[in-house]
Amino acid sequence: MRVMAQMGMVMNLDKCIGCHTCSVTCKQAWTNRTGVEYVWFNNVETRPGQGYPRTYEDQEKWKGGWEVGRNGKLRLRTGSRLKRLLTIFSNPIQPSIDDYYEPWTYDYETLTNAPLQEHTPVARPRSLLSNEPMKVEWSANWDDDLGGAPELTQADPVLQKISAQVKQQFEQTYMFYLPRICEHCINPSCAASCPSGAIYKREEDGIVLVDQDRCRGWRMCVTGCPYKKVYFNHRTGKAEKCTFCFPRVEVGIPTVCSETCVGRLRYIGVVLYDADRVLEAASTPDEQDLYQAQRSVLLDPDDPQVVRAAEQAGIPRDWIDAAQRSPIHALINRYEVALPLHPEYRTMPMVWYIPPLSPVVDALTGTGHDGEDAGNIFGAIESLRIPVEYLAELFTAGDTGRVTGVLRKLGAMRSYMRDLNLGRPADESIAAAVGMTGRDIQDMHRLLAVAKYDERYVIPTAHAEQGPEREEYDSGCSLDYDGGPGMGGWGPFGETSGGSTPIAVENFHMLAARQTTDTLAAPGDREQRVNLLNWDGKGSPVGLFPPQPHERPGPHGEDGGGVGPDSPAVTDPKP
Amino acid sequence: MNALDVVLWVILPYISLAVFVVGHYWRYRYDKFGWTTRSTQLYERRLLRWGSPLFHFGILFVLLGHVMGLGIPKSWTDAVGLSEQTYHALAIGVGAIAGIGTLAGLAILIYRRRTVGPVFSATTKNDKLMYVVLTATILFGMSNTVLGVLGHEGVDYRDTVSPWFRSIFYFSPDPELMREAGLGFQLHALSALVLFAIWPFTRLVHVFSAPLGYFTRPYIVYRSRDTELGNRAAPRGWDRVGGGRR
Ligand code: SF4
Ligand code: SF4
Repeated sequence: MRVMAQMGMVMNLDKCIGCHTCSVTCKQAWTNRTGVEYVWFNNVETRPGQGYPRTYEDQEKWKGGWEVGRNGKLRLRTGSRLKRLLTIFSNPIQPSIDDYYEPWTYDYETLTNAPLQEHTPVARPRSLLSNEPMKVEWSANWDDDLGGAPELTQADPVLQKISAQVKQQFEQTYMFYLPRICEHCINPSCAASCPSGAIYKREEDGIVLVDQDRCRGWRMCVTGCPYKKVYFNHRTGKAEKCTFCFPRVEVGIPTVCSETCVGRLRYIGVVLYDADRVLEAASTPDEQDLYQAQRSVLLDPDDPQVVRAAEQAGIPRDWIDAAQRSPIHALINRYEVALPLHPEYRTMPMVWYIPPLSPVVDALTGTGHDGEDAGNIFGAIESLRIPVEYLAELFTAGDTGRVTGVLRKLGAMRSYMRDLNLGRPADESIAAAVGMTGRDIQDMHRLLAVAKYDERYVIPTAHAEQGPEREEYDSGCSLDYDGGPGMGGWGPFGETSGGSTPIAVENFHMLAARQTTDTLAAPGDREQRVNLLNWDGKGSPVGLFPPQPHERPGPHGEDGGGVGPDSPAVTDPKP
Repeated sequence: MNALDVVLWVILPYISLAVFVVGHYWRYRYDKFGWTTRSTQLYERRLLRWGSPLFHFGILFVLLGHVMGLGIPKSWTDAVGLSEQTYHALAIGVGAIAGIGTLAGLAILIYRRRTVGPVFSATTKNDKLMYVVLTATILFGMSNTVLGVLGHEGVDYRDTVSPWFRSIFYFSPDPELMREAGLGFQLHALSALVLFAIWPFTRLVHVFSAPLGYFTRPYIVYRSRDTELGNRAAPRGWDRVGGGRR
């Protein structure tokens, strides 16, 4: 047994309202740059729908993930290593920009610059790739809320696996949102596809990252990932992907998408798994057994044997504690209500989902029944085949039994808790019907419905003593002057060249310096640039405004009264 | 031997080689982030699908030909009993096929670069300079081959260019040899020297990233959080959307 720790996430789909807050905040944090305009590390898809990029789940077409070969061995769907290297000059199955969408902006200037005219001026869309005017025809969530259904919906690869007559009435029956980030797979096919070995899995927390210094832009990872969660930055020529917000997680705070989630539906925690058994589990012949196989790789953190092995493997004590309190572990293995997304891709994804029950309840209520009565819910789950079949294609490779089991538990929880909330005696038979006790149900309810912040996020911090100091702190910001290698802009070869500065170090040192200084943030004798990010509100940053009149003799020989850095009126500290 | 010959065939080659070697070291040391193919496949793939493999496989064979032609002395091939005629037929035959592939690929790629909007706007000045020098070198080289096929070849490059090329590496360069080589070969060699000198500063560096290690490494790479962790980001690559296109 070789114990490793893995950060994971569970999303409770019942609570997702499809507001895209997670996507927007993620984009603001990570991909609001030229080169990744089209990239959404976090995206929210309406299901049924084509997803982003379109039809990415059709692995016959996109060849992502692993498959079991005729000899029973696991291999990448794109073929052998040699084959990948031979297609390196032109990857035959890489999604092109149209499969994502062509990013655009609007010609906002015309709104202010247009001459007086009879008609209101319009800001026309312009491509961010070629700068030409363009027609907006697709986007990351063009089919949001079933927009364009039923035509667009018919191309949903998951829907296509479901029987034809069921498909017809689908969009009247069922709709839910599926927020997606990189799965930080235990068996990542993106890393396996990378010819340069630039994509790696961190030993301490299992986060999968792209080393930007080693990536050479071969693009094989884009094809290799079945979830299409590695993106190509067309400006820098490097692959980029969701980082699980590692700078935040390392200090114990949740990812941006989780922190800002309006529905408070995301859970983050640590699981322990047995690295020796990963390959065997991923090679399970029957796709429908993969869910079980992956669960069996995850270890029970309360088992003394596991704890001992974990300690031997150098996992710190507080990480083991966190694994024991992990909401992820509870939802996956204790309550068994979380399911992996597309286990049949065999990458052992680590972002799991609690399938939504609400559509069933809604359908039930719509027919005039009591949507929260246990008997009714159980009956409806069995008879409403459509949602169950669809969910099974997403989460269990088509095994409807498992999905039904989870939905029954969620239904039981609703009924059981309603009795309690209405002051009625608890009906233990409801709990027993799904193989749980009343205590279990109440605990699960606390985790799922009350969902306290510190129960949703149990994130142990990174241990600096596990290795050399984190890079954040060892590079300082001595390069941080105009023209210095750490500055904005590019090195001598233009685009993408030059050294790098770590994410937070600039702000970190600036803040520290500012707290202890009694002068302006930007001493006049140092090279500098206009930097509003670090400007502390004292005076005005040099270079922001043209030279003030008092620097040139004014017409009346008096001080121009400008708000310059030397102007005493504005250098007083703010209250 | 006049001064010009010495400059062209002794001084220039050493400058070019020095820049080539030191330049690569320097670029690798200070600009790993810029070391990439900068693929444009995301923008367009129909033309690339033909152009890129044609060019790349073509140029690989051309490289192989050069290694043989420049690296292997005539005496060696004579020794194994390869006659002059067979050698030339072989070299020129294979060379012509590889060269035509390379040129066709290059033509498609240049056409694509010019006509596909996003690809064109992703082309830097650096790229343009590189394209000019690279194309010139290939065209000069190709015209030498064509002349060879037509039988107009004045001198045997294996008696002139090749010994000169090798003489550079054992530090007794003989500019006389190049003077006799004829204008075609001289131009080809000159443009190649310029190409080598700008090589480390262009996207051509990706040649040295040929991922051969892929065959031997395990599929999944594990790395400790701390060692070499690129806490990347920072201003570079963080331009706001739409801001500051090249
Ligand atoms: S989901 Fe993430 S870790 Fe898994 S294969 Fe894709 S990019 Fe790699
Ligand atoms: S912020 Fe939360 S509720 Fe809103 S779309 Fe994202 S996951 Fe769903």
